[in-house]
Amino acid sequence: MSDTVDARPGPLLEARSVERSYGRTPALREASLSVRAGEILAIMGPSGSGKSTLLHCLAGIFTPDAGEIWFDGRRLDLLNDARRSELRRTAFGFVFQFGQLVPELTVADNVALPLLLGRVGRRQAYPRAGEMLRRLRLEELGERRTGELSGGQAQRVAIARALVTRPKVIFADEPTGALDSLAGEEVMELLVGLARQEGTTVIVVTHDARVAACADREVVVRDGRVTDPYAGQVLR
Amino acid sequence: MTVPLALLGLLDREPSYGYDLKRAYDTHFGRGKPLPFGQVYATLGRLARDGKVTAGQSEPGDGPDRKRYAITPLGRQEVEGWLAEPVAAEPFLQTVLFTKVVLALLLGHDAQGYLDAQRATHMRRMRELSEIKRGDALVDALLADHALFHLEADLRWIDVTTARLGALAETVRNA
Repeated sequence: MSDTVDARPGPLLEARSVERSYGRTPALREASLSVRAGEILAIMGPSGSGKSTLLHCLAGIFTPDAGEIWFDGRRLDLLNDARRSELRRTAFGFVFQFGQLVPELTVADNVALPLLLGRVGRRQAYPRAGEMLRRLRLEELGERRTGELSGGQAQRVAIARALVTRPKVIFADEPTGALDSLAGEEVMELLVGLARQEGTTVIVVTHDARVAACADREVVVRDGRVTDPYAGQVLR
Repeated sequence: MTVPLALLGLLDREPSYGYDLKRAYDTHFGRGKPLPFGQVYATLGRLARDGKVTAGQSEPGDGPDRKRYAITPLGRQEVEGWLAEPVAAEPFLQTVLFTKVVLALLLGHDAQGYLDAQRATHMRRMRELSEIKRGDALVDALLADHALFHLEADLRWIDVTTARLGALAETVRNA
């Protein structure tokens, strides 16, 4: 299989028979999945089922042992490290369970950071970060250090940081896992609402059915295989 | 089950005509499932028979003659008792879901397929309820939350059962 552009209209992101092991322990076995542009997809499954590994493979953080990852008509898994890093910086955004904000920086600095790393000048980066903070109702917190924020506020900052580069895909790994019900709900609604406004694709890994219910559809990962609960079959 | 007590409670607030009671019920409890007039009057008839409400004389109105209903001390006692008593925390050991899984295993049917299909049905309903919550009505959102938490509990049970289906199959066949 070559890494040339696939001219057929199809999914934005696709895993084809992906395998990935940790030592001798298989985490993904012939896992296949396709995601349309603008779709909000939840990946569910029990702990250790391979759902986070699948997310990391789709995002180009892990390289599969076998199988293919396609993004926007390109073989993501065949790109070298530098090109994959660039793709992650320009086309992808990430939200993790604990925000992973830089504690030494202010909220505004954290949100502007992906732009600055992408060589956007400060004069453009900070107004764009400010606008994103406003949309997440965080404009009054711009000068605070991230250590002063509540868990819900920190996750909203993480969402602002993920969206500020206008990525094509946001990958969220248990984004509400550390929050209570109400805060988690608010974070998820903001993420989904903004993604829909921007037409951004969101892939969210969660064990929380209420979070998954905010998505357009969900798939279940069991023993490293992806099951479509609506088709009632393992996706290959 | 709760319709007679809800109507009694509304009458405890103030005496009312059947039509107004129905409107009040639909406003507070109907949530897209209005109470049929027939059920209102049949329920009021039973409550009057049991001495929990009294029906006034027929009065002429804009339409047909109507009666004003009022709660009695017995009816008020029933409402107060009901409000003070928590709902039984049912063990839910014999739910339809459980019965279907066990029966599927006993008959050699596809229990996993059933659980997957049930999971998908639950998730679909949870998505609809999440959409309702995005509206502005607080009461609707809280009712949707109540349903969402119950569906979530079912889903957890479905996931745990899925993980232990092999062991359950063995237990059921050896019973």
